Amino acid sequence: MENIQQQFVEMFGTEWGSMLFSLASNMTFIFAIVIPLLLGVAYLTFAERKIIAYMQIRVGPNRVTFFGIPWLRGWGQPIADAVKAMMKEIIVPTGANKLLFILAPVLTIMPALAAWAVIPFSAELVLADINAGLLYILAMTSMGIYGIIIAGWASNSKYAFLGAMRSAAQVVSYELAMGFALVCVLMMSRSLNLGDIVNGQQGNSLLNWYLIPLFPMFLVYLISGIAETNRAPFDVAEGESEIVAGFHVDYSGMAFTVFFLAEYSNMILVATLTSIMFLGGWLPPVDMEPFTWIPGFIWLLLKIAFILFFFLWFRATFPRYRYDQIMRLGWKIFIPITLIWIVLLGLIMQLPESIRDSFPLNIWF
Amino acid sequence: MDRIKNFFSTFLLFELLKGMAVTGRYLFKPKITVHFPEEKTPQSPRFRGLHALRRYPNGEERCIACKLCEAVCPAMAITIDSEQRADGTRRTTRYDIDLSKCIFCGFCEESCPVDSIVETRILEYHGEKRGDLIYTKEMLLAIGDRYEEQIAKDREADARYR
Repeated sequence: MENIQQQFVEMFGTEWGSMLFSLASNMTFIFAIVIPLLLGVAYLTFAERKIIAYMQIRVGPNRVTFFGIPWLRGWGQPIADAVKAMMKEIIVPTGANKLLFILAPVLTIMPALAAWAVIPFSAELVLADINAGLLYILAMTSMGIYGIIIAGWASNSKYAFLGAMRSAAQVVSYELAMGFALVCVLMMSRSLNLGDIVNGQQGNSLLNWYLIPLFPMFLVYLISGIAETNRAPFDVAEGESEIVAGFHVDYSGMAFTVFFLAEYSNMILVATLTSIMFLGGWLPPVDMEPFTWIPGFIWLLLKIAFILFFFLWFRATFPRYRYDQIMRLGWKIFIPITLIWIVLLGLIMQLPESIRDSFPLNIWF
Repeated sequence: MDRIKNFFSTFLLFELLKGMAVTGRYLFKPKITVHFPEEKTPQSPRFRGLHALRRYPNGEERCIACKLCEAVCPAMAITIDSEQRADGTRRTTRYDIDLSKCIFCGFCEESCPVDSIVETRILEYHGEKRGDLIYTKEMLLAIGDRYEEQIAKDREADARYR
């Protein structure tokens, strides 16, 4: 690293050299995160189609081979889909606000990708190790809603507008429950830094993870996460049987694909956050020999894949919620539960240490 | 008591877990998909696919231009012109079926007094222009000649129900 910096300084002078070096290194890191992420999104769509198909006793996409390798039947599908999407025309409706119409997908994907900056992939592997990491994530994930509202408005279509309104109301109400669930995590770890949150879960085994003391919050976070990303069973914003496709009815080609990418990278983001907050991030499930051989990065990936599988499982299982039921679940069930749990957790944490230590098997406080 | 039980089974996501158990089981069930070009579903001898015109074993075409099929066709897909031949028999000069109109009801086949117009088991055919789907007498006879064996066998199998 220092060698390369030295070369930059020699080439462009002290001031420009260090500036260009930080630019170049940051760009490299950004690409190192975004490109695997987009590939992950592509193959998540494939996994989704396959898993849902299997749950419906079908076989799913199995025609496009990957570079003609016969046992990878279907693995070329996401690439074929991407090529198809790029070839297609972006149609801008006559009555649409052209600038906002094009801007909306950009506004959706920008925060979805930017939020990845603070994710710690292992103890050392993090692009921006900032202390307000969790706050940044919450801010970024809430920004995504602007893209959706603008898309719904700029399309100048009833369906798109309805979808945008639904999506906005839903995301705003679930943000609350999600935030409260994360407050519990903050109280346990006493830090907003994602790396510190994972380190707070260090211990002998998976019993130390926040999953156990905060199990209800884990469920609340997971379900709110699904609602945040507008996935089934909370996909009233898309609701293809009622309002065709919601906010992105009028989008086609690459503009639609960008929405699609944003939705799926948000999904992966929620899965990543769940595994960082509740499943111990890069920590192995048991701090023992064969498990510690596997690098932390792989453990994180496995946990993300596990949560994502649940997302797909939910989609294959549950019918779509009615709109008032979604609101009821968010406001009348999740928020009271999280508030009660915050108070309980606070009380436990304020107990004198002598009483807390006398809890049977207490390893969390 | 029931309400309390109901509350707990909903609140503790019991019902949702039950649903997920069902889909989870189905994940590992054998798949029933028929891989179409390689595998095909069984067909009935009464299958109503692409039409064909048949001939007698001596090579004479069966159709006597009675125009019953033309009359019965609900989609009016059949067009027939006829004339008298030198030997005094009446035959068609034109027998067109517009497959873009045809609804494959099988009425033509049922109305035919000489079993001339039949529907075969062929379902994989296509046209690249609209005109490609208008099948003429020559094309229908050619299909009949090519698949006569199968057509005869299917008529045989269905004969006792007619």
